Amino acid sequence: MAIAMIEQVGRNTNNALAAFGDFCVFCYRTFVWLVTSGFRWKTLRLLFPQLYEVGVKSVPVVAVTGGFIGMVMAIESYTTFRTIGQEERMGSVITLSVVKQIGPVLAAVMLAGRVGGALTAELGTMNVTEQLDALRVMGADPVRYLVVPRFLACVLLTPILTIYSDIMGVFGGWMISTQFLGVPSGPYWFYVAKGVETWQVMEGVIKSIFFGGAIGLISCYKGFTCGSGASGVGRACTESFVESFIAIIVLNFFFAQFLRQLYESIYGIRGVFD
Amino acid sequence: MPLIELRKVSKRFGRLIVLRDLSLAIEEGQSIVIIGASGSGKSVMLKHIVGLLRPDSGEVWFDGARIDDLPEKKLSELRQNFGFLFQMGALFDSLTVADNVAFPLVEHTHKAPDEIARIVQEKLTMIGLPDAGPKMPGELSGGQKKRVALARAIALNPRVILYDEPTTGLDPIRSDVINELILKLQRELKITSITVTHDMQSAFKIADRIVMLHEGQLIFDGSPDEIRKTEHPIVKRFVMGEADEQELASLRMTTAATSARPSRPQRATPSR
Repeated sequence: MAIAMIEQVGRNTNNALAAFGDFCVFCYRTFVWLVTSGFRWKTLRLLFPQLYEVGVKSVPVVAVTGGFIGMVMAIESYTTFRTIGQEERMGSVITLSVVKQIGPVLAAVMLAGRVGGALTAELGTMNVTEQLDALRVMGADPVRYLVVPRFLACVLLTPILTIYSDIMGVFGGWMISTQFLGVPSGPYWFYVAKGVETWQVMEGVIKSIFFGGAIGLISCYKGFTCGSGASGVGRACTESFVESFIAIIVLNFFFAQFLRQLYESIYGIRGVFD
Repeated sequence: MPLIELRKVSKRFGRLIVLRDLSLAIEEGQSIVIIGASGSGKSVMLKHIVGLLRPDSGEVWFDGARIDDLPEKKLSELRQNFGFLFQMGALFDSLTVADNVAFPLVEHTHKAPDEIARIVQEKLTMIGLPDAGPKMPGELSGGQKKRVALARAIALNPRVILYDEPTTGLDPIRSDVINELILKLQRELKITSITVTHDMQSAFKIADRIVMLHEGQLIFDGSPDEIRKTEHPIVKRFVMGEADEQELASLRMTTAATSARPSRPQRATPSR
């Protein structure tokens, strides 16, 4: 009984390590193709439809998410700031939270759901209908033909969508604070400008590049390795979203730590209300 | 010298052994049909020939050179010699029929767009669908999809075409159209054909030679006439389409178990 359990644990560990190794090889192949042929016309012509799929079609989702997050932040922080008579300073906290953390993370999570799910479903269906084998037979490496343009589209457009989400969040926060909660607009923007630096906006944008890369790689890998049949594709889509989500949260933690240390080593410690 | 040769090829997926020390030599210009029950390793063998799968042990040779140990880039060049008709066609859903047929030409050659369009039209005419170019694969019937997939497989004028169950899922008339197309390509282009099927009617029509796989091993190799006369019990049963005693016994047991199950009690009528 105990030996069987140990065997099972060993087998599961082996499988997990093998799957991780497989994923690393997949990432390596993607980067090799990206460097060797990613910027040739043959690959770039495949990029434009993906930019449309990943970018243009995600705009409404990201806009709604970003806007409402800013609005909720305004409602939630108003009471606290009012009790200390500092409502005018709300803008800096709302904007800082939106551009540094909530905006990039939520935009990436929305993309993991919308784009990641679609990518896994598309590539998974191609896998189970032998279209990936057909590509290889006809001399087109599936990683070059399918993964590189999708990965590039995710890496290029996640930061742009994050900026868009940030703008909507900042606007949403301003709208609720000034139009519904009676905070004067001039001081609101004054404290936003004072409290938020370019560095902090860029923190979110830099993180989002890596979030986009993780979404692209994980979703494509899940599509390439999905099991047979409709259930295999469905399971791969679920795994793709869950693993992208975890990757985003874990990456966010490490980036928060790394960027904080970098900031402090360059600028020292500064307060929001300085 | 054979054009294609498998030497003691073995392949397993996890615990499942699919091919066991399989050896087979195929001459140029031959039309060979590989038959066998589902799961006997036919499609896996086909994928070894074109380098989509690599053997766990053994060797695969093409035109006098070993190919199973080649890097993917070299294999990609070598695959210009092969056309592959996949079981479900494997047409790219996002491309038109014309773009599908043009695909290997775009990837493998540096021909001008006009030249590619001319070849595409020629191939579509050859398979009897000259007006299908602008259509999407979703607009085609099952038989039309297979014909378009065939046009794509012959786009580069390959030396070998591999057909993976070309008539599966088609009605007898459409199956016959595909068989005739295979024969036409064989006659007109002198292509070596390797067909995997379990449709014996199709096998007898298109084969110069038939081999049968059973549990990953070759159990028959001969002409269509020889297979008709064979006394090998497994081969004979496959050709005649007869289940063996063991399979029938398990079916009888299932039927007996079903009939022995007590019937559902009738619901009592509620009294008011």
